[in-house]
Amino acid sequence: MSACVAISVVAHAQPVPSDNTIPAFKELDSIDARLQGCVTCHGRSGEGTAAFPRIAGKPSGYLYNQLAAFRDGTRRYTPMNYLVAYMPDSYLREIAEHFANERPPFAPPSAATTTDVVIQRGRSLVTSGDTHLGVPACMACHGLALTGTRPGIPGLVGLRANYIVSQLTRWRVGERHAIEPDCMKHVASRLTDSDMTAVAAWLSQQDTPKNPVPQSAPVGRLPLACGSQRQGDE
Amino acid sequence: MRLAARLLFGLVLLAAIAAVLLYALRPGLLPQTVRGKSVVAAVATLTRGEYLARAGDCVACHSVPNGRQFAGGREMPTPFGSLFVPNITPDDDTGIGHWNADDFYRMMHTGVSRDGALLYPAMPFASYTKVTRSDSDALFSYLQSVTPVQQKNRPHELRFPFNNREMLVGWRTLYFREGEFVPDTAQSAQWNRGAYLVQGLGHCAMCHTAINALGGSSESKAFEGGMIPNQNWYAPSLTSNREAGLGDWPVGEIADLLQAGASHRATTYGPMAEVVYDSLQYLTDDDATAMAVYLKALPMRDAAPAATSEARLVDPAVLESGRQVYATQCAVCHGDEGKGQPPAYPPLAGNRSITMASPVNSIRMVLNGGYAPGTFKNPRPYGMPPFGQVLRDSEAAAVVTYVREAWGNSGTPVTPSQVNELRKLLPD
Repeated sequence: MSACVAISVVAHAQPVPSDNTIPAFKELDSIDARLQGCVTCHGRSGEGTAAFPRIAGKPSGYLYNQLAAFRDGTRRYTPMNYLVAYMPDSYLREIAEHFANERPPFAPPSAATTTDVVIQRGRSLVTSGDTHLGVPACMACHGLALTGTRPGIPGLVGLRANYIVSQLTRWRVGERHAIEPDCMKHVASRLTDSDMTAVAAWLSQQDTPKNPVPQSAPVGRLPLACGSQRQGDE
Repeated sequence: MRLAARLLFGLVLLAAIAAVLLYALRPGLLPQTVRGKSVVAAVATLTRGEYLARAGDCVACHSVPNGRQFAGGREMPTPFGSLFVPNITPDDDTGIGHWNADDFYRMMHTGVSRDGALLYPAMPFASYTKVTRSDSDALFSYLQSVTPVQQKNRPHELRFPFNNREMLVGWRTLYFREGEFVPDTAQSAQWNRGAYLVQGLGHCAMCHTAINALGGSSESKAFEGGMIPNQNWYAPSLTSNREAGLGDWPVGEIADLLQAGASHRATTYGPMAEVVYDSLQYLTDDDATAMAVYLKALPMRDAAPAATSEARLVDPAVLESGRQVYATQCAVCHGDEGKGQPPAYPPLAGNRSITMASPVNSIRMVLNGGYAPGTFKNPRPYGMPPFGQVLRDSEAAAVVTYVREAWGNSGTPVTPSQVNELRKLLPD
């Protein structure tokens, strides 16, 4: 009898699809099942796809700020604005917390497509910044391992070059904003197109970190006042 | 002696006056209980006004998302150009600070503003005319109590000839019937309460009655459904058993759909999700049930005949392609038999919002996905992912065709070009 039950359970269970962007979940009353709305773009664990960014493991304060900004229209990307338009804060925080705790494997870093000179410029901006331009090192805020800093600063590892360039460009032209004082506006408006390409190229080629967890606090005083960091977890 | 007597009398008199004055000025002599009652009544009126403002969903149009409540400024695109919704905070210079309750009632009841201007019917005065004087006054008291915001109204940007308000005289003659709600004594108090909310503050007819080329909707077609101008969503008929007619729904399921945004029969998305989020979730259980009772009792009439079997003919290869997409992408939530897992994932088999003549909403859902609104009764809604980025037009058309025809569903096929048309429009 128990064998029959076991067989029938197996027969009815949906095979888990290998493609991570096809909806699948184990239990109906779970946050996984509720967030099936995210999987076709961000993957079942928030690992991202070729066209959409990794959200897994980013600090929950950062993720919440983005969700709230999409809902309130202060960050504009129509498909996201539409999906989260009618959600209460409590649910957005739960969603943010869920993806912040996900640890799916990283995709392998992309192969080099630019010259060594560009890569060196990117490495230099990420690790040391450019005092002449008034641009601090990415690492000063986004973490020594570039895995982000709780509560409000996102990790940059695992993001693809085209996503990084497009977000920096949106900041520079005023299409993307963060909570004031908007430090990324300061940074992006001082970077040239080729600087952005260089930063994105170097970042997207880094090996994935052994420990993907965001650092719990900045290494020291942040080089620029950051509205997101101050208010990220409020 | 006489002088002394006079002085004494004078002093006694002064003392008496002083005593009376002191008694009169003594703290607490004012008729406190009466005054207390009127304050309590005024507060109750404000609370009722706030509730009525929710029922009327004033905030949805009179605020920009994330902006100051009721300060206006929201752009309302119409087929005739853009309207900019006015500031209704009690600011003296830019809002309705100088209005009184009579001005407000006249505006609600007749669609004429304080300065005599005829309002454009984007303001649902054709519905609000049903609101009672007492409710209008409560609403006005509440609006006078919100934080005033100094924000100048932006002029409308309507094309000629619609920028001429005198045109509205004609529109009003055709489509506007002034008059407060008159209860139907043959019906229950509950039905009447529901009718009052649906026809009046709820202004459901604004979307669920088709709008014609003149921007009007005729009473004879009330609640028969129609495309929502400039939103590219179809508001289903509430009077057709082939659309969202509710005749065979249990009252509790209707009330759930209105209040929670999701029920065992169907789920709200898009503009209806917005209405639930901003307005209906705040209604009391009694009022939601009253609306459900009234909606369920609407007389059923079908504007168009059912689809013929000829119209339902579909290329078997298309159906098979749709079935494959369904099995891969959809069945995990909606089930092999389309039964769904309600209220989390709505059923598709027998769901008339899938099979109704207009496939617009089904195509949109496949392309853009959607979440039910997060409400007091359903604070952690389930959602459907967008498939526009993973399915070609032909695949999306095939899967929509499949769900419209499978499991005994009575819908008609959709074409890749219908999908392509909607793909070009951004979700909103």
